[in-house]
Amino acid sequence: MSGLGIGGPLDSGDMILRSGGRPAARPRFDRSAVRSTLIALVSTVVFFTIVGFVVVNSPGWTQVQESFLNGKVWSESVPDIVPAFVTNVQLFCISEVLILVLALVLAVLRSLPGPVLFPIRLLATIYVDVFRAIPGVLIIYILGFGIPGLGLAGVPTDPFFYAVISLTLVYSAYVSEVYRAGIQSVHPSQEAAARSLGLTQFQALRYVVLPQAIRRVIPPLLNDFIGLQKDSVLVSYIGVVEIFRQAQIDKASTFNFTPYLVVALVFLVITIPLARLTDWLVARDRRRFLANAR
Amino acid sequence: MTTTLSTAPGSPGGHPSALEIRGLWKSFGDLQVLRGIDLTVAEHEVVCLIGSSGSGKSTLLRCVNLLEPIDAGRVVVEGEEITASGVDVNRIRRRIGIVFQSFNLFPHMSVMRNVSLAPRKALGTSQAEAEAEAVELLDRFGLADKRAEFPDRLSGGQQQRVAIVRALAMHPDLLLLDEITSALDPELVAEVLDVIRELARGGMTMVIATHEMGFARDIANRVCFLDQGQILEQGTPAEIFTAPKAPRTQQFLQRVLDAGRL
Repeated sequence: MSGLGIGGPLDSGDMILRSGGRPAARPRFDRSAVRSTLIALVSTVVFFTIVGFVVVNSPGWTQVQESFLNGKVWSESVPDIVPAFVTNVQLFCISEVLILVLALVLAVLRSLPGPVLFPIRLLATIYVDVFRAIPGVLIIYILGFGIPGLGLAGVPTDPFFYAVISLTLVYSAYVSEVYRAGIQSVHPSQEAAARSLGLTQFQALRYVVLPQAIRRVIPPLLNDFIGLQKDSVLVSYIGVVEIFRQAQIDKASTFNFTPYLVVALVFLVITIPLARLTDWLVARDRRRFLANAR
Repeated sequence: MTTTLSTAPGSPGGHPSALEIRGLWKSFGDLQVLRGIDLTVAEHEVVCLIGSSGSGKSTLLRCVNLLEPIDAGRVVVEGEEITASGVDVNRIRRRIGIVFQSFNLFPHMSVMRNVSLAPRKALGTSQAEAEAEAVELLDRFGLADKRAEFPDRLSGGQQQRVAIVRALAMHPDLLLLDEITSALDPELVAEVLDVIRELARGGMTMVIATHEMGFARDIANRVCFLDQGQILEQGTPAEIFTAPKAPRTQQFLQRVLDAGRL
């Protein structure tokens, strides 16, 4: 067992591996587990004390503290910035729903067999290649300024609309690959079993393959959702007044960078619980896998 | 012991045979797996396919269920040529049940849903009706208390029995069993073979690929020895197991005997 890692009672995955699925059979307070937890605690405290000491005693610390951690600017900008985050929430929630649907359609299209459907597979492949290749911010610029710039009647001019479309196009390309990996991870014998019972190809996909595939890729889907949340600030470039744009406005009026730290804190608060949930799901799947592999 | 020996093997009856295979060829790339298989199975007949691994037993069953496209030949089920072009494969598969060596239960569904899914979706049976029938079948095969369980909570023998019930729920005319005890621990083999014996008593037409020679001798009306993609010899269990004619059959059975499997 490593000295620095928290290899004690917190690491339930390992425990199950060692005890064959019955952690309760192990003694509650293992001495070596208590010892390694203590070592981890001490080493963490020492490490962060040293880092803090170095930062606070650096030559430019007072200026940095003044421009990034200004208490007055902080308390003034929080009431501006936090409500602006509602726009980001709307943006990434609407986009996420569209992404999950569009990406699933793309993944299914790319998984269809048979030579007749080659053009469909080709189109879906081109879509994924194109939108994964181009940096998201460029898609946002091109759609957000380009399409309203055409001046066509009836075309929306609201930048929020183009923000949703751009993020959906970019992220659905990534997410479809996640789905596709999930579909491919379901053993072909499952589809064979479904088809042998007389289910059609679509029914086999709908009732047998996809439910298993999606369950397996929930952690990476959540991961991409976290990425989407952060990338929602990119739409500030086409004039959507969201959290980052609001912080820029506040920065411009105070000549102080503290509003950006407020933004950073908001994202930490929102994404860390999601990241922990993802980790928990991964650990749970791993435990199940180990239990089944016995 | 079986009561269905009234049908003489391959006899020309008044009605078409349950299964008729003519000149079936199948290759995977350069590998010729089946080389001109001819086989007729009468209704209510139980045919066992024996032979070493790689002799083509599994592939033959998968071809009959149209899970593998064939290169040449014909497969006729109850008078209908299922290998003809334009045949609705889904309709054919509903009439032919197959049970696999590795069970292939749907792990994300309860036993009940595993059994009732295909009747509901492929036959359009109502949920109530499909479930009532699933209950009846599960009861019959000693799985009454497992309805709500998920496959990973069952033993291998129970999983394989559920897989058999799942195939039976479609009321197949013909049941194909592909080495269904090969993945089981030895102590679980008997419970699965008992199910097959009961089906044979009930008159189910079955083609069984198996390594269980004792079982084949016990249950089969006819035994076919496959070797390198051909049916080298066939006959009643007594003929094949006590007086095999072909040297390859003798060799194979001697090896099985040496391994203590007969």
